[in-house]
Amino acid sequence: MASGIRDKVAILGMGCSQFGERWSDNAEDLMIEAFTEALADAGIEKNQIDAAWLGTAIEEQHVGKSAVPLSMALRLPNIPVTRVENYCASGSEAFRGAVYAVAAGAADIALALGVEKLKDTGYGGLPQRNRGSVNDLFWANVSAPGSFAQLASAYRAKHGIDAGDLKRAMAHISVKSHDNGARNPKAHLRNRIDEDKVLNAPMIAEPLGLFDCCGVSDGSACAIVTTPEIAKSLGKHDLITVKALQLAASNGLEAQHNSWDGSHFVTTRKCAERAYKEAGITNPRDQISLFEVHDCFSITELVTMEDLFISPEGGAVKDIMDGFYDADGKVPCQIDGGLKCFGHPIGASGLRMIYEMYLQLQGRAGDRQRKEEPVFGMIHNLGGFPHQNVCSLAIVGKMGA
Amino acid sequence: MDLGILAFGGYLPQSRLQRAEISKMHGWYNPGLKGLAKGERTIANWDEDAITMAVEASRDCLAGLDRSEISAVFMASTSFPFDDRQNAGVVADALNLKSQLMTLDLAASQRAGSSGLSVALQAASGAEGPILFTASEQRKTKAASPQEMTYGDGAAAVLVGKGEVIAKFIGSHTVSADFVDHFRGSGHAYDYAWEERWLRDEGYLKIVPDAIKAVLDKTGITASDINTFCFPAAMKRVASMLAKKAGLADEAVADNLQATCGEAGAAHPVIMLVHALETARPGDKILVTGFGQGCDALIFEATDAIEKLAPRTAVSGHLARRRADTNYARFLTVNGLVTMEEGIRAEVDKQTGLSTHYRNRDMAQRMIGGCCTECGTLQFPKSNVCVNPNCGAIGTQEDHPFADKKARLNSFTADRLTFSPDPPAYYGMIQFEDGGRLMADFTDIDPDQELAVGMPMKLMFRVKDYDKNRGFRRYFWKATPDNDDQASAPAEAAE
Repeated sequence: MASGIRDKVAILGMGCSQFGERWSDNAEDLMIEAFTEALADAGIEKNQIDAAWLGTAIEEQHVGKSAVPLSMALRLPNIPVTRVENYCASGSEAFRGAVYAVAAGAADIALALGVEKLKDTGYGGLPQRNRGSVNDLFWANVSAPGSFAQLASAYRAKHGIDAGDLKRAMAHISVKSHDNGARNPKAHLRNRIDEDKVLNAPMIAEPLGLFDCCGVSDGSACAIVTTPEIAKSLGKHDLITVKALQLAASNGLEAQHNSWDGSHFVTTRKCAERAYKEAGITNPRDQISLFEVHDCFSITELVTMEDLFISPEGGAVKDIMDGFYDADGKVPCQIDGGLKCFGHPIGASGLRMIYEMYLQLQGRAGDRQRKEEPVFGMIHNLGGFPHQNVCSLAIVGKMGA
Repeated sequence: MDLGILAFGGYLPQSRLQRAEISKMHGWYNPGLKGLAKGERTIANWDEDAITMAVEASRDCLAGLDRSEISAVFMASTSFPFDDRQNAGVVADALNLKSQLMTLDLAASQRAGSSGLSVALQAASGAEGPILFTASEQRKTKAASPQEMTYGDGAAAVLVGKGEVIAKFIGSHTVSADFVDHFRGSGHAYDYAWEERWLRDEGYLKIVPDAIKAVLDKTGITASDINTFCFPAAMKRVASMLAKKAGLADEAVADNLQATCGEAGAAHPVIMLVHALETARPGDKILVTGFGQGCDALIFEATDAIEKLAPRTAVSGHLARRRADTNYARFLTVNGLVTMEEGIRAEVDKQTGLSTHYRNRDMAQRMIGGCCTECGTLQFPKSNVCVNPNCGAIGTQEDHPFADKKARLNSFTADRLTFSPDPPAYYGMIQFEDGGRLMADFTDIDPDQELAVGMPMKLMFRVKDYDKNRGFRRYFWKATPDNDDQASAPAEAAE
């Protein structure tokens, strides 16, 4: 049995660009913005980095193929650089590559950088693209909101929840994230909204209205990781270490086998069990201090809080309406505004979530700093569609916790 | 053994454009339209064409029958989606027929349906097995034209051959005359029509009686013995005038379906024949005519077997499966009669890799999935490894057809973000009753009908994507509420 990643790798430094509609910037500009902050935070020189990973998902829209764009943008000294793509978990995959390289002893210091420059399509929402020559022959004409919206129909049918009650809980999620985003200077959307605004917004994909959908943003985030020993030797203390890194990919069961009812994420549940085990967490509802989950749509966040075993199955609506996940609630979820308001530059998103946890765990999150001292932060990415996806989970926390 | 019709089926699109709406829109421009502005006409959905309607009519015709004996598929139309790609071949594929099969398109005249039926009967008399003959039509019309009022979209199918026929083929006759009341030149989208009075007096009233007289003489049938006379033209009163002229009983004149369907071109003689067969009693004689550069006349006599034919949707059932459509703007839009701003999302290239398509044709056109020979689990599409998590056997999938399976709705949405010619795009997960599922596009969704998890669904063969740059279109199966199966209680949600 593998011993897992717990406390084997420490975060040496992190950076995150301003997220938003960066009309005047290319992907390279965003990369350097995140990297410069991370390098300064780590307190090292560029030539101390042994290897790097680039996470980006819709590369045709900006940098094109391969990891060369990262190597060129940062002028890295011909070190190994790898590009990874795994839907919306691409940033987390870059982090996984860097962390594993350090844990394996293949690199002393490794870099993970995620970037996406999406606001060059000419329209709102994610870029519409082909899905592969065979898939195009039979896949339904799904958009991202349309595929996630279906969770609501299946969830309601399974738990007998009134459409209005579910829609209000979803609205609460968005209102909460806007409140949180308003306190985050790097967030794409910083306006506060109310429940009426969410409920009366134009419909995108029933029952998801405009404010049930996250922002589509430009941005980049970056992590530099090393071993706890090297971090200490570089003068770091109160280390933030990686407690768990897990990934679960669909194998076609949800899409093709009738054992799945469409109301939850098969991958998230399996991934969560493994992540808690790897981190030594036995009671996540009490032990996890903060969540950054993949709130691409309000319904995704609602369902995910059950799949992570925080709310009981069918109980997320109550927890949400009780304020359990609010910034001042028992376990804040998206304290930085989440994908909803911080924004969702796909390849950067996983690293952006880790960035927020890194700041919160060190007490560096400014106006939005959680008062109760956080110990463990959990990061969740969900890429693809509810019926066919990858789920990535990371838990970071204080060294030794 | 008798030669004739072994089974029949029909298909009419669900949507019925209210003609008053056309008149309301264009009355200022052409006040004469008001005279035609009664009743309703069938209009194909944006994802329907002559091929998809022929497939649905054929599925109706072949319901419950063994398809393996079919020796040929003939398809008649003047609105084939492809000029050079056999349309009947697509129909045969969608019906999952064997490949050892003659397929043939019959085109270029309003007589394609009636002449095609004659040819199919002649061929069937010497064929190894029955021949599926289908006629289907979706003719384009200009806005504010009389044709927009009088035309309709639809299809019919008959299985012809020897054996226990439900209607015996008595005989046929054709008069050929290059009488051009309208034409559509190659590369032109719309019909060009000459004066109707000339069509009536010199065409219908002179050419059709010749054909009727000849077929009656040839078969020895007395005019007054004809129980049903199918004259598939929209023009008022002409059928009665012809009946009088030919000595047919006025009661024999069949409803030309102008009030409820419109005239479906080359398919209309076959649609009217199918409509007549639905209520025919043993011994009834049906005279079917088809007009276009001459006239065909065919006589059938219903047999005792017609009373044993299993019920089918046919034409009457489809006339009942209707939704009154008052959205003339949508009709203009989906037929390309107004230039709509489709948005940049519509620009995604829909090129089809022809080699990819051919390699995957069992999945993409025939709706063939897999059945695991180890554990019996059904799945779509077929794959190398069984999807059952408790099985996972490799290379055990046998071909298994899904097109005719009953299904239930698992999850759904109505999407206004993704590009659709008819937004919102409805889609969701459907679950087949014996296993297997599909994240499917939906079609023919009535905005007034509430979708609900657990409701019965069925598949229909439709256009999936139009490749406007290259003129190709790819077909696939879409789900639609199975309103005939609404009686059954919703199943428990899975798991």
